[in-house]
This record gives sequence, C-alpha cells and structure tokens, in this order.
Amino acid sequence: MADSTAGVYAKLVGARLRGQMSYRASFVLQCVANALGQLTELAIILVLFNRVSALGGFSVNEVVLMYALAGTAFGIADLVASQLDELPTYIRTGTFDVLLLRPLGTLAQMMASDLQLRKLGRIVAGVVALVYALGHNEIAWSPFTAVLIVVAPLSGAVIFSAIWVLANAVCFWVVDGQELANAVTYGSNAFTSYPATVYDTWLRRFFAFVIPGAFVAYYPSLALLDRPDPLGGPAFLSWISPLVALAAAVVAGLVWRTAVRHYRGTGS
Amino acid sequence: MRAYARLALAGFRRYSTYRQAMVAGMATNVAFGLLRMAVLVAAVSQGSIAGYDVAATATYVWLGQGLMAVVVLWGDKQLADRIRSGDVVVDLYRPWHLQSALLAEDVGRAGYALLVRLAPPIAFGALFFPFRWPELATLPLFAVSVVLAVAVSFGMRFLLNATTFWLLDNRGVQALYTGFAWLLSGLAVPLAFFPSWALPFLWSTPFAAMLQAPIDVFLERGSPWPLLAGQAFWAVVVLGAGHLVLQRAVRKVVVQGG
Repeated sequence: MADSTAGVYAKLVGARLRGQMSYRASFVLQCVANALGQLTELAIILVLFNRVSALGGFSVNEVVLMYALAGTAFGIADLVASQLDELPTYIRTGTFDVLLLRPLGTLAQMMASDLQLRKLGRIVAGVVALVYALGHNEIAWSPFTAVLIVVAPLSGAVIFSAIWVLANAVCFWVVDGQELANAVTYGSNAFTSYPATVYDTWLRRFFAFVIPGAFVAYYPSLALLDRPDPLGGPAFLSWISPLVALAAAVVAGLVWRTAVRHYRGTGS
Repeated sequence: MRAYARLALAGFRRYSTYRQAMVAGMATNVAFGLLRMAVLVAAVSQGSIAGYDVAATATYVWLGQGLMAVVVLWGDKQLADRIRSGDVVVDLYRPWHLQSALLAEDVGRAGYALLVRLAPPIAFGALFFPFRWPELATLPLFAVSVVLAVAVSFGMRFLLNATTFWLLDNRGVQALYTGFAWLLSGLAVPLAFFPSWALPFLWSTPFAAMLQAPIDVFLERGSPWPLLAGQAFWAVVVLGAGHLVLQRAVRKVVVQGG
C-alpha cells in the first residue's frame, strides 16, 4: 500500500517535470536566473564589505559562510515548499476540494503539485558558495563539524519549509494573507544571510527565535568556526539545529492538520 | 485624449478596490525595510560611506521601499498573459494605440500607489528613524523624477512583456530582469556603495533611472539636472523601442488555442 502511494507521487512529480521541459529555452533561462538571483545576494555582501571590514562583529568570509548555509537551505525549501504560495488560489478556485477527495495527504499533494526543477540553479549556487566559504575560513574540523556541514543545510531547509507551511496555513483563516505570508517566508530568508548580531533586540527575537531563523545559519556557523555566541547564548545552541528543525516540522504538521479540519469550501 | 484620461482614472480605481491587499503590502514593505535598515545601519554606523550617514541611509531605505511599489520594480505580466492566451488580438483591434493605453492605465495605478505605497513608508521612516528632508524647492524636482521613473519602468515592462510575442513564454526573461533590477536599480544597496570603477557602468543602465535617480534627487546628492536628463533620455529610448517592437509584433501574432 505504502509502495503504491509512493508510486502515485512519483508519477505526479514525473508528469510535472516533463511538462516544464517543453519550453526549453525558458527553462534554461529560469535556471540561470535562479542561480544569478542567489549570487546577487552574495554580490551585495561583497559590495558592503568593500566599504567595511566587519558587520555585526563578523568578517567577510564568515558572513559568506552564513550566506551559503542559508542560501542552500532556502534553495532546497524553495524547491519543495514554495508551491504552498499557490494555496489561496487553490482555496479560491475550489481546487483544494479536489485534493481532499484523493486518498493522499493534502500537504504532500500541494508540495508535489508544481515541483520547479529550475530552482536547482539556486541550490547549485548555494553549494558553490559553501565550498568557497569552507576553504576560506578557519573551520574547527572534527567528526562533529564534518557531519554538521551536511546536516545544517538540510535542517535549515526543514526549518524554512516549516515556516512556509505555517505562514501559508494562515491563509485558511485569513483571506488574502499571501503577502503577509511572503513577509515571513522571504523575510526569514533575508534575515538568515547576515549575523543575528546585526539586528535590534525585538527584530532579532522575532526572526531568530519565534521564527527559528537563527538556527538556519547563524548558530551552525558559530559551531563550524568554533566561536562563542557574541549574544551570550549557551554553547549548546550551536549544535541543536536538527532538533529545532524536528520541532518546527512537528508544529507545522499539527497546525496544517488543524487548518485543514477547519477548512470549508468556497461554496460556489 | 479624453479616452486616455479615462483609462488613467480606471487604473487608479481598479487598484483602490483591493484594500486588504494594500494593507498587507504595506506591512510587508515595512518588515523588509526594517531588515534592510539593520544591515545597512550596521555598516554606516562605523563611519559614513560615500556620503551616507545613518539619517541618509534611513531615508534611502524608506524611499526605496515605497518607490519600488510605485514603479513596480519586479515587473508585471498582464500583457504577457494576454499574449499567451491570444486575448491580445482583441486589444490590437481596439481603436487605440495599445502602448499609450497601457501607459495611461499605468499612470493611474502609479498615482494610487503614490498615496498608499510611497507615503506610508516615508511617514513611518520619518516618525521612527532619523530622516533627511530635502529643501522645499527640491520637492517639485522629486515629483518630476518619480514621473520619469514610472515612465522608464513602464517602458521596460512593456518591452519585457512584448518578448512573449516571440518566446511564447517569457518567464525566464522576467526572472532575469527581476534579479538585475534588484541589484542595478540601487534597491539592495545604494549604487554609491559600489566600487568607483563600476559606477559609470551602473549609471548608464535604465535601472538607475527607475529608483536610484529619484532617491538621489530627494537626498540632494549633487545637481538634479543630470539625473533628470538621464531619466528623460531613457524614457524616450524605452518608450520609442516599445512602439517599434509593437509594430513588428503585430505581424507576429499567433492566436494559440481555439
């Protein structure tokens, strides 16, 4: 049974991907555009460091490390979860009712609904920046940091995806909540590329801990660099990103289930 | 002429019906403004950069947050969608010049955006942050600069949409445009922050005319006349190019589907 369900998902995703290849020139351009979009963020960091030697107490290579971890994580989340942005359209047009009728999970169906292969460009650019940053920082190499380098972008991706689910689940209650959802999802991405020390107290509290953005790149970077937290947080914070990701995923799953139970069709 | 004035009014009215979207858009603008402020102020508080102290930086951020919505910096896809669906044929047979009609509607839209997307971030910035107001005599020049910025942006968006006549799917071009606009218009960091060898190139693109030019007029960074002249030049070039492209495109139209 589980096997056949997975087979259905695979077929859904496969059909989508074949469809995207039909406008080949546009597909290639979009792949390049996504990679460039990622690299413009890097360009901005470099432009700023052309003028200053430190931001929030961190050097250019250290900030590039945070940017690379955040960018890779966001790229993965963008690939699997950004289709949730279409939720208000699904609700308005009644398409969501169709998802409820199928014997598959609504969240998984939404995520598989329009997997955009072109977003690989963003992930590739993030990984390239990560390799560069690892070569240009004093990394405190140990078996733990080696594992962390692989686990951190994945935990970050889970955290971002959970944020996407939560922000969009709000759209079940608030009509037209999409732009506010975007402020949270894309806003947390904008937050994570820079050291948390740059931000004022309440902005930091919200984007770092309420939305656990600091665990995407800031704390894992501190662990990789073997630096204590300039904000005075305990050392274990640098290592718990996978646990934060797990907790975020559980919360997001529960909220999504509650939201779907609350859902009523548009009734047209 | 009266028809175009009516179109402008319709553009104004059309956007004023989406009140909730407007409030959400304002909240989003402010949230991103705070994040951008934090990073830039962390840089300039170590000593002013290229003439930007904390007050000038705050003014730059809040003006930029408002102006990007007025000029629709990220592009639009209404015309592209109509070309893809074939509906554009109807537009082409109407007794108007399609580009002028769309421009008139966009002017109406921009007028509404001035009130609800530019004024609030400026008010927010002026209330809660150090802010640099210009001389009274500069304000009319700023108004002209904003009008020219809207014209350039409309011209660019029209060309961007018109590529659909040839490509059938312009989302790739559109995505590239958004990436470049963000960096080259001076939205992410002031263009003056870039290394000096890059400045002549940055100031020679139409993107600078869409955002950094009106901000520089407001901040009174040097004489406003070269800025306005550059904007006027780009407005003429992109609108003229759009006119020519439309003439050629009419012969290209393929009505897709039934």
